[in-house]
Amino acid sequence: MVKSQANAGSPVKTRRRKESQFVMIFRRVLKDRAATISLCVIAFFVLVAIFAPLLAPYDPYELDKSALLSPPSWAHPFGTDQLGRDVLSRLIYGSRYSLTLGMLGSVVSLVCACILGCLAGYFGGIVESIIMRCGDVMMSLPGTLLSIIISAALGPGYFTTLVALTVGGIFGPTRMLRGQILRERGQEYLEAAEAYHCSKPKIMFTHLLPNSISPLLLGFFMGISGTITSAAGLSFLGLGIQPPMAEWGAMLSDGRNYLRTAPYLIVFPGLIIMIFSWCMALFGDALRDALDPKMKT
Amino acid sequence: MTPAIEVKNLKKYFEVHGGLLHAVDDVSFQINPGTTMGVVGESGCGKSTLGRTIIHLHESTDGQIFLNGEDITFLKRKELKRIRQEMQIIFQDPYSSINPRMTIEEIIADPLKCYGWKGKELEEKVTELMDYTGVEQRLRMSYPHELDGGRRQRVGIARALALDPKFIVCDEPVSALDVSIQAQVLNLLMDLQEQNNLTLMFVTHDLSVVKLIANNICVMYLGQLVETASTEKLFESPLHPYTKALLSAVPSVDVDHPTKRILIQGELTSPINPKPGCRFYARCPYASEQCKQPQKLEEVEEGHMVSCCRVKEIN
Repeated sequence: MVKSQANAGSPVKTRRRKESQFVMIFRRVLKDRAATISLCVIAFFVLVAIFAPLLAPYDPYELDKSALLSPPSWAHPFGTDQLGRDVLSRLIYGSRYSLTLGMLGSVVSLVCACILGCLAGYFGGIVESIIMRCGDVMMSLPGTLLSIIISAALGPGYFTTLVALTVGGIFGPTRMLRGQILRERGQEYLEAAEAYHCSKPKIMFTHLLPNSISPLLLGFFMGISGTITSAAGLSFLGLGIQPPMAEWGAMLSDGRNYLRTAPYLIVFPGLIIMIFSWCMALFGDALRDALDPKMKT
Repeated sequence: MTPAIEVKNLKKYFEVHGGLLHAVDDVSFQINPGTTMGVVGESGCGKSTLGRTIIHLHESTDGQIFLNGEDITFLKRKELKRIRQEMQIIFQDPYSSINPRMTIEEIIADPLKCYGWKGKELEEKVTELMDYTGVEQRLRMSYPHELDGGRRQRVGIARALALDPKFIVCDEPVSALDVSIQAQVLNLLMDLQEQNNLTLMFVTHDLSVVKLIANNICVMYLGQLVETASTEKLFESPLHPYTKALLSAVPSVDVDHPTKRILIQGELTSPINPKPGCRFYARCPYASEQCKQPQKLEEVEEGHMVSCCRVKEIN
């Protein structure tokens, strides 16, 4: 009885309004034309990845001896590689690995960075020293070298590549977030939260983090494409994604031997990576602006 | 009658480079339920720190704090949760005291959520608090930056009142507002006090404000209480040389009888490792050899305490 009343009464009204907050942010993003286009492109890539088997004209792993290194034609719009595999199909299937690798890697790094950065910035003292000194050690190693070490230690493969790329991406954002939090710490709303005995995790994640995270968002979206190219670097060294697995970065490094005779082997994967990175950056930029309540658009 | 808040020999020292900063040093006073204690003093004299130490935003170094007769000086975090409902704070700067990424509704609901309020009850309580403090309902889903200073401060007050506290520290709640809004907020505070029998500790450097709102006044100088009395008495016959100088700085509208300004020379001495003896010694026009001895707060007449060894000679 009471329950039905609660559903029928005022809460419904506010729930509707709360949803509209998401809609509002979405609408703000859509106001930016470049962001809208990039969102469409990203959505397109995601859909392609999901429906890869339906869209790919050929099996990406099927060898065709009659069409080795054939240039783009109606039968093979993006040409075929040295083993006669259709480049378009490989790109379509490759989006599955590349997108998940890029996104998962970046999301996991961001989540770790948020936790570590919050702890370091909020508690300070010894917690901060430990976290930041570990970060210093990690950051004193070149990113590629670190990834090489990790994937060499764990062996090649999709999952280990993911781990290798994630670890290298944690401490940059951690450092940035800590700096933001140190700036935010003197604000009185945190003292107010302390005064009504808000729990420490809640202060960190509902008060501090939303006010400090925005500089990280752009880096996050740029990082997705960075992760994809780093994965390419690893497979170039024979450590990342292993052939014959189709992955954009791996395709790029596979095609390097045919740069002069068959440039389309790296032009198309390169273009795809570029378009994707670009869209991510544009969308990230617009999202960061839209999340800022002070933007009046 | 048990005082709502009683502070005995409260000390708050901060470790800083070069020694101990005596922010609050041996302060004792009590506030009766339903009354307002004004705490005045110049910038950096420790009045904000005093307020924050009482409500446990800072841990006290030494001394005792009693809330309704219960010693709450050193409590575990769990016990603290219980007493924090009873004590709240209203901040000076309404621009930094509310979270810019939360809506007004979320800001006011946040303390309630920490104490397990949910659903319809929570929503009704927020509505009630907004009505109570004069924040329009249409602002529910607004963000703080869309509000002016006065409205923001009302939101801050609503948040402080959310848990039905009995004691509120007002840390210069009107000094960031312009004069017309100041009056509104002060009226609101006085109304709320009357309706809820609130006990207020009103920290300010604005003497006209304190004269309006406070029943009793403490004057602080460099972490110590130098004089405490009822508002009328203090404004009528200030006894401590510092209080005299402070009160003489209030501009007067009476052209025929201009008040004589007592100018204090020199700078505030450092609160880091202060020398024993009267802290006002370096700037006091009446300073003498005996002022170098530690001073005690002594009752001169009923309810009027002064910490000055030469008080009888001066007056």
